[in-house]
Amino acid sequence: MINLIADLGSGLLGKLVRIGQALLMLLQATIVRPKASSFSRLIQQLYAVGVQSLIIILVSALFIGMVLGLQGYTLLAAYGTEQAVGQMVALTLVRELSPVVAALLFAGRAGSALTAEIGLMKATEQLASLEMFGVDPLHRIVAPRFWAGIISLPLLVAIFSLVGIYGGHLVAVDWLGVYSGSYWGNMQQAVDFNGDVLNGMVKALVFAFLISWTAVYQGYTCVPTSQGISAATTRTVVYSSLAILGFDFILTALMFGGTV
Amino acid sequence: MNKRWLELSVGLMMVAGVAALVALALQVSGGNMSRNAQSYAISALFENAAGLGPKAKVTMAGVTVGEVVSVAIDPNALMAVVNMEIYGQVDYLSIDSSASILTAGLLGEKYVGLTVGAEEEVLVDGDVIEDTQSALVLEELIGQFLLNFGDN
Repeated sequence: MINLIADLGSGLLGKLVRIGQALLMLLQATIVRPKASSFSRLIQQLYAVGVQSLIIILVSALFIGMVLGLQGYTLLAAYGTEQAVGQMVALTLVRELSPVVAALLFAGRAGSALTAEIGLMKATEQLASLEMFGVDPLHRIVAPRFWAGIISLPLLVAIFSLVGIYGGHLVAVDWLGVYSGSYWGNMQQAVDFNGDVLNGMVKALVFAFLISWTAVYQGYTCVPTSQGISAATTRTVVYSSLAILGFDFILTALMFGGTV
Repeated sequence: MNKRWLELSVGLMMVAGVAALVALALQVSGGNMSRNAQSYAISALFENAAGLGPKAKVTMAGVTVGEVVSVAIDPNALMAVVNMEIYGQVDYLSIDSSASILTAGLLGEKYVGLTVGAEEEVLVDGDVIEDTQSALVLEELIGQFLLNFGDN
């Protein structure tokens, strides 16, 4: 019994220590004056994190938009209001699906890669040798990856929304014959730039922060063995996915909870 | 990997992301801004504001000229106070304008319709419209109809 309580306490303390470590690491990595050379490293990471995620974002956005168009059409046509399909597709995408789905894909595509890369650098003692040269690995390795995630995800979410809306247009208007004017018109009446589009972007920014932070922390603190790296990569995807879904509920309640 | 291609593709992604945001602003939300900088506030007293809520449209001759900010009870008059924001460019609502609560379609949402009067003087920030027509409550209407029907 006593042992159980002691285990619980030390487990909780361990969790708190890890949260504190993660926060300190983040502060150390990001609060620093950028040098001229760090810009080109940022570009390189933007390519690895952002550009290489574009294909998966584009393809899934198109299909999700098309599914929404199809489902929305069949559901709304039962009430004779299939003109509202544009409004439904746009609001669903801009408020919820784009930030969440893009973030989940981003965690799987880019977050796991970041963790594995940093973890392997640690296992092969590249991080230790950087320190030997007097280069802070937090500034050189962690910071550009973190910022690249923060910059890329909101852009990817904006692209996701737009492509998804055109996917819905493809199904609803081009295939099922909803009038194009009412597709866009209803959408423009219902969607508010500040209230819907910008709040979606705020969500994207929060998710980007959660994913990048989790990914670089898990990579930087992983056990430097092959099992350790694989466990850290799994943890990145699991933790950031859970954090995304949990924070999505909180953010939705804050942003849209009051107006309904 | 060629460095030039790398920089080019990152630049392209940035431009595409920002362009998508601009397209969302123009094409999807139609440039709808919720907070209009130059809008002014007026209110109206209704006997019954059933079904009207924040963000409901305020229209004039069928054209949206503002939105409802809040609906509350006036403790003195014991009536519903509907606070509205009217777009700044609509500065020609005469002081004897009337407001009524209308319904879009049979089951549609409630909105406020303004009808402009004949006075020269116009409504400014903080003014109250007193000439109002309340929301149509279907149950009351049916009740009245049944009552009349019974009398006959």
